[in-house]
Amino acid sequence: MELLSYSAIELSHMLENKIISSVELTTAFLENIAKTDSSIGAFLTVCAENAIENARLSDKRTASGSRLHPLDGIPFALKDNICTKGIRTTCGSKMLEDFVPPYSATAAVLVEKCGAVLLGKLNMDEFGMGSTTEHSAFKVTRNPLNESYVPGGSSGGCSASVAAHQAVFALGSDTGGSVRQPAAFCGVTGLKPTYGRISRYGLVAFASSFDQIGVISQSVRDNAIVFDAVSGKDPLDATSIDNSKFNFSDEIFSDNLDGIRIAVPMELFNDNIHYDVRNSILNSIETFKTLGAKVEFISIPEISHALAAYYIICSAEASSNLARFDGVRFGHRSELFNGIDELYENSRSEGFGSEVKRRILLGTYVLSEGFRDKFYSKAQLARQAIINAFLKAFSNYDVILTPTTPTAAYKLGEKLTNPVEMYKGDVCTVCANLTGFPALSVPCGKNSSGLPIGLQLMGKAMDEQTLYRVGECFERAVTK
Amino acid sequence: MKLINGYEAVIGLEVHVELKTATKIFCGCSTAFGAPPNTQCCPTCMGFPGTLPVLNKKVVEFAVKAGIALNCKIAKNTKLDRKNYFYPDLPKAYQISQFDLPLCFDGHLDIEVDGETKAIGITRIHIEEDAGKLIHDDTLGTLIDCNRCGVPLIEIVSEPDISSFEQAVAYVKKLRSVMMYAGISNCKMNEGALRCDVNLSVRKLGDKTLGTRTEIKNLNSFNFIQKAIEHEYERQIKALEAGETIIQETRRFDEVSGKTFSMRQKENFNDYRFFPEPDIPPFVLSEEDIENLRLQIPTLPEQRKRNYVDAYGITDYDAEMLTSEMFISDYFEQAAKNCKSPKLLANLLITDLLKSADLSSETFPISADNFCSIIDMMSDSVINSSTAKKVLKYYCENPGTCENPSDYVRSNNLGQINNKDELYEIIAHIIDNSPKVVNDFKSGKNAAAKSLMGMVMGKTQGRANPVLAEEILNSILQNI
Repeated sequence: MELLSYSAIELSHMLENKIISSVELTTAFLENIAKTDSSIGAFLTVCAENAIENARLSDKRTASGSRLHPLDGIPFALKDNICTKGIRTTCGSKMLEDFVPPYSATAAVLVEKCGAVLLGKLNMDEFGMGSTTEHSAFKVTRNPLNESYVPGGSSGGCSASVAAHQAVFALGSDTGGSVRQPAAFCGVTGLKPTYGRISRYGLVAFASSFDQIGVISQSVRDNAIVFDAVSGKDPLDATSIDNSKFNFSDEIFSDNLDGIRIAVPMELFNDNIHYDVRNSILNSIETFKTLGAKVEFISIPEISHALAAYYIICSAEASSNLARFDGVRFGHRSELFNGIDELYENSRSEGFGSEVKRRILLGTYVLSEGFRDKFYSKAQLARQAIINAFLKAFSNYDVILTPTTPTAAYKLGEKLTNPVEMYKGDVCTVCANLTGFPALSVPCGKNSSGLPIGLQLMGKAMDEQTLYRVGECFERAVTK
Repeated sequence: MKLINGYEAVIGLEVHVELKTATKIFCGCSTAFGAPPNTQCCPTCMGFPGTLPVLNKKVVEFAVKAGIALNCKIAKNTKLDRKNYFYPDLPKAYQISQFDLPLCFDGHLDIEVDGETKAIGITRIHIEEDAGKLIHDDTLGTLIDCNRCGVPLIEIVSEPDISSFEQAVAYVKKLRSVMMYAGISNCKMNEGALRCDVNLSVRKLGDKTLGTRTEIKNLNSFNFIQKAIEHEYERQIKALEAGETIIQETRRFDEVSGKTFSMRQKENFNDYRFFPEPDIPPFVLSEEDIENLRLQIPTLPEQRKRNYVDAYGITDYDAEMLTSEMFISDYFEQAAKNCKSPKLLANLLITDLLKSADLSSETFPISADNFCSIIDMMSDSVINSSTAKKVLKYYCENPGTCENPSDYVRSNNLGQINNKDELYEIIAHIIDNSPKVVNDFKSGKNAAAKSLMGMVMGKTQGRANPVLAEEILNSILQNI
């Protein structure tokens, strides 16, 4: 249905001008979910009644001329690790299968304050650990462009729902690429903001120093409008940054990229990157040049340590963050136990899937006495070296361009035998999490099987504005 | 403490003090003691998924003041760390504490035992959160009360400079006093606001190497501290003399038997896997910040004692009594400010008020001004000391009396009789009417003079000026 493929900005104008109502719009999306989700499997919880009610309230506001924000009345969905008061929040895990939080994440509250309409909660790899959404305890999500393929992960439900027009936009979370990679696999746009720019309050923690809520949308402009709604300092999150609210403005965008300096690191353009992807990036480089940007290949050797540093640190933090799931105060509690140790062991063994267990074991190991210096401390030193290297690169360039992923989407079940094979897919995305710098993935082509390929634009801290300018200009050029 | 077989005890104390901030260290819950279980907790201090800690600034301020009061250096750069372990009273399965960059370090506290002063080194002071309370119920099992989760603590670690239980008790008493004066805690040991862990090892006098130490946790009274030290000192010596080795372990003190017992192995082995707390950015304290806090600390007991001795000529012992509690010291200073004889005031305060008045609410039944006024009347010989005590007693039994002491004395005709003629008449009259006693005096019984004096006091309701009365009595008797 055509209504479903309009962008948020277009829909916003239509709502404002009363060409359509939010109730019509929301109903259309709910109908599409009902029609398509049995095969796509993006949603874990659909909040149909609440959605229609909120749509009705939005229409009232429009009628009385008191629309809250451009996003008022626009249907969206949330990854299921973003807490929603009164609505089941599972994190894709048996551990939280029946968990209903008595509080909402700040980002969720902010979107609601704009009047946007929550359609439901989206499937994900358990606790954010995974790159295909196959590690969800509940169901598999399929890539809407080809249902034998993965949608990416851990925000696979987000990218699939937006790509399948089940939601206009979605909020996901990105710890090592979990918003950008699924966006690339499904042919949509995904932003991981500067660390600290979107509050983490209410986002169930995986790796605290990497986690950020991210925006998945159909277009770059849509992405920017949503980022405007959810960004800014939050007193409930001590790691959120002062004066970090992003303000959307048409002035951000431009018809050309004169004066923009783009660097492409060789380390993410070698044989580890699939031929189709490299080709697509080369074509994109030509487009950037045509638009007026200067593009150069550079070397950032520290990138070779990124994947190892990332997995060591994120597992260490995850082993600590997930220790609270002990069956005592909330979440799954085993029915069989004798004493506290068995309560812990049985509840956690039953509640967690194998990938989560793997990461907890790895994380506990790298922090333990005798190994901490060799692994955790070393990884943090490597992290600092990577940060310094990128800072150096950004002193000469405005944007660093890489493929978002080494390959396009692969088949369901293809990378489940060897976890490290799946981890390798994060090689292009982890640097943004290690450094805290913002990164935007936009579609740039298709592979020989017709599956989408994404390119990644990395920017300086707090410079999402430049990423949006470059991304939108490129998007317009390739959509002609 | 009696030395056994030439062994000295080497003791270090770790004292946990609850800070009397209005709210908890990482959330806005109240810290008030005694509320019904689980009524002073929230998703944050209960470690619910998605919640984040935000550091209460007042906690840092109180901790810095504690450090200044204990002569410590204050760290300019400091951070928090996670201490990871599983226990049902620890909701997040990690305690947010400080590992290698404590807020305060390198301080000392002077104690006095048997007239000798000794400086006990303070290694460090750090901030951390308290855990909840476990209550064991025969029917229901173990119950968890989360009210105490997140209450702010400082942990004060001493150097192993203590060598007897007398020194240990003196140290804790002094520490308590300083913490209360500095306004950072009410230090109520029966409410768990101050808890003491003892680390003890033994070695032969003159030996430079340290023996293996054991730790005895949670000693909550001076009595238990003494008993635990005595018992453990003996136990270790007995073991060593029998050829056994001391195991480094945590031991539990049993209040009933007065003995220490080994805890289960499991409770001893704990690899805490410390790493920096990613949810709370490291912070910096400026010289200005620290100086401002220093100015907020009231004069501490040690300094006040010196002031009293120097300015008022009060004895060391009396000064110690006056500074035993801050409310007593403040009261004394208020009363002594304009008093004609602070020394006399101190005397009466200690011998009368402190002994007989009900001070459970830490307020005096007679105002400082009124008390001063009674002392001044004594200095001016308006009343004598026994009358002063009578007047004081009246005010103590009738707190809230508005009448000022001089009016009271006047209206009750309690003023001292200083008029020689008046006294002469009274004394002469008594002598005339007591021939038997006078005869006893004449026959050399000195007690007779005292008895006559007693009759004078009785006749005058204690109002006769004792010095003048004695003079006059003696002069009459000599001329008989």
